[in-house]
Amino acid sequence: MSTVIVEVMPKPEILDPQGKAILGALSRTGHTGIASVRMGKRFEVTLDHEATPEDLDQIRSIAAEVFSNPVIEDVVSVTAEDAQ
Amino acid sequence: MTRIGVVTFPGSLDDGDARRAVAAAGAVPVRLWHQDVSLGDIDAVILPGGFSYGDYLRAGAIASFSPIMGAVRTAAAAGMPVLGICNGFQMLTETHLLPGALVRNAGQRFLRTDQRLRVECTATPWTGRYTAGQEITVPIKHADGRYVADARTLAELEDTGRIVVRYVGTNPNGSDNDIAGVCNEAGNVVGMMPHPEHASLAGFGPDSEQGLRAGTDGLAVFTSVLASLADSEGARA
Repeated sequence: MSTVIVEVMPKPEILDPQGKAILGALSRTGHTGIASVRMGKRFEVTLDHEATPEDLDQIRSIAAEVFSNPVIEDVVSVTAEDAQ
Repeated sequence: MTRIGVVTFPGSLDDGDARRAVAAAGAVPVRLWHQDVSLGDIDAVILPGGFSYGDYLRAGAIASFSPIMGAVRTAAAAGMPVLGICNGFQMLTETHLLPGALVRNAGQRFLRTDQRLRVECTATPWTGRYTAGQEITVPIKHADGRYVADARTLAELEDTGRIVVRYVGTNPNGSDNDIAGVCNEAGNVVGMMPHPEHASLAGFGPDSEQGLRAGTDGLAVFTSVLASLADSEGARA
């Protein structure tokens, strides 16, 4: 069994109001020195077998077509983690 | 009689009002279900507002992969008038039938207000009964209504007159270029965040000069498509 981790982030040029709201809360609670916060998504895809290069290709296309909307988001990583 | 389909998805909220507005305009509303693979015998189709699939993943994203969207895509390509309202607009951008995307309101808050709008483009089947530049009042109610697109797409939409409605006065959600609704290149597919179906029956609309809740500025969206379909029927005969 392998788990494939996909991370999706809003594109840098898209204003991330959720990140900005979190930054506001951090500064209100006395956390200093933080310039910005951006919030993204993490997907964990568990296979019923060890991940092959073909599986990773398939998950890369799922990431591009389903997990993210290319107009507003970037897939920043697709990585396989072997089960312990 | 003209038959207009209204698709219900799990989590649709405004399918009932959309059917009422269709009936008020003088057409027959036809219930469609998200698992249908065919649109059946209809002349136009509406994707209504709501929170399909709880807005999981992204607003409109899961609905855009539902069986009926294949039929909607085929019908749109063949020229059938398609209208996406609010969540339906989000579905149309997720299926890439319309350009751009709808993201969280700039102010983070869910908004519900009667909104002043300007109808910019009357060359679509859904806006032909308005006059270009006409200002109307129609409710908005959304959390993810901020229209964004890259600079090239925005320039193309502006240059080709594909911005259908724009916010007037305040821009409620931070949308690029005050955009409230756009259409595809052919003009038959229109998406808008405001809810014309909530401004189609006197007594159930926004307040207007005629009285409390008397506003029916949205009804012309539905009478427009009837007129447009009658014209194309006449042209064919």
